[in-house]
Amino acid sequence: MTDAPVTEPRRSPLHDIHVEAGASFTDFAGWFMPVRYSSDLAEHHAVRTAAGIFDISHMAEISVSGADAGAFLDHALAGLISSVPLLKAKYSLILEASGGILDDLIVYHTAEGEYLVVANAGNRDVVVAALQDRSADFDVELTDLTDDIVLIAVQGPASRAILDATEGLAVDAIDELKYYACAAATFAGSEKDSTDVLVARTGYTGEDGYELYIDVADAPALWAALATAGASRGLVPAGLASRDTLRLEAGMPLYGHELGLDTLPEQAGLGRVVNLTKDFVGKHGIEAGPADDARVLVGLVSEGKRAGRAGYPVMSGETEVGTVTSGALSPTLGYPIAMAYVSRDVSEPGTALDIDVRGSRVAASVVRLPFYKREAN
Amino acid sequence: MAELKDLQYTAEHEWILVEGSVATVGITAYAADKLGDIVFVDLPKAGSTVAEGKVVGEIESTKSVGELFAPVNGTVVEANEAVSSSPELVNSDPFGEGWLIKVEFTELPPLLTFDEYTALTGE
Repeated sequence: MTDAPVTEPRRSPLHDIHVEAGASFTDFAGWFMPVRYSSDLAEHHAVRTAAGIFDISHMAEISVSGADAGAFLDHALAGLISSVPLLKAKYSLILEASGGILDDLIVYHTAEGEYLVVANAGNRDVVVAALQDRSADFDVELTDLTDDIVLIAVQGPASRAILDATEGLAVDAIDELKYYACAAATFAGSEKDSTDVLVARTGYTGEDGYELYIDVADAPALWAALATAGASRGLVPAGLASRDTLRLEAGMPLYGHELGLDTLPEQAGLGRVVNLTKDFVGKHGIEAGPADDARVLVGLVSEGKRAGRAGYPVMSGETEVGTVTSGALSPTLGYPIAMAYVSRDVSEPGTALDIDVRGSRVAASVVRLPFYKREAN
Repeated sequence: MAELKDLQYTAEHEWILVEGSVATVGITAYAADKLGDIVFVDLPKAGSTVAEGKVVGEIESTKSVGELFAPVNGTVVEANEAVSSSPELVNSDPFGEGWLIKVEFTELPPLLTFDEYTALTGE
């Protein structure tokens, strides 16, 4: 397997299941992943009203363990990871010295002295290398588990009922499992000893839901068991196309679109993720702050059906004041939404701007993110 | 709906049904599938002149934007209002209810046969 050409996209361990389900595939960050099964709109709506099951095995999982694990992550990442209680999760950033964003991450405190860092597929090598590089003075062990772990997300209001009904899945104290927390679980597939699963109440859709980390070998059986439990509860397999419109409505940034090396966290509205009470790589850049004319991330909403898309200019009168980073006709809201970086002086909610949509102007109004927020239950 | 074998095609994934001097134009199921769920269609108005190979409209899905090319020189005699209000017709019935424009022409350029088109898409 190691001598496969590097240009060949990798296949998920669940690839055959997706083919069987009629998926269309796309090359995403070097992985050949389902983009949709039948209709990306139907998949989107299913997640908002019932549930969707996503294969996001392309995500990178890196285990950090050892006596200094917490202190090391405090040094390597922007957040105060050592303060994260056991079995809780934290959204964080890994920065370069200038403060530019190498990646956005979720860190789970999985056990005493053990953390699981989940990075974007496209940044796997960069993040592993940066963590290695920053670990020299710490007593920690880093292990890239990406190839050993399948990540399955079950997202939507029916998620909890589906997990409860999944044969063979037993989650520790699931009633106590809060948003941005995780729990140990076991899964007993057919005629097999049970295997450990990490179940986290996290996601990238703006809905309630869970992410399940499981060994590659047991993943197809877990997917099947979840799908069976979900069949009568509106669960559909959902691809990356719906995942993208769901996260966009929820105002969640996507690396390479809203986040990048040329972006400081504050510009992306992520100042809250950075903890300046400690030393960490990137702190000096953060303290220097973005340039006065640095653009900031805003939401834009329009009327009609024509959506601004990544790269389209944002105009104020005849002046170009920004660029769209993501945009779509919102399936839930029914009108076009976009995230864009714009000059600070036109970033106040209510500011009237235009998007240059392939040569014609579409009026847009600045709004606070997110575009969509689920009703609290 | 005409038999797919009776239609002609372009490399830009359009199909053309010729009836007398009028060409009905749509996009193929292959193109509709590649785009994903179509949410907005922008078509030229009846009476407008179109030139072969030029962009005359847009077909937007949640994920991307496809361009509609005029396959012939001529005059648009009708744009499908049903797809403007219900763009999903292009996904559900690309060769039928999801047709896009009818163009009156005097001369037909070389187009692809069904076999040539399917050889192109490999499907």
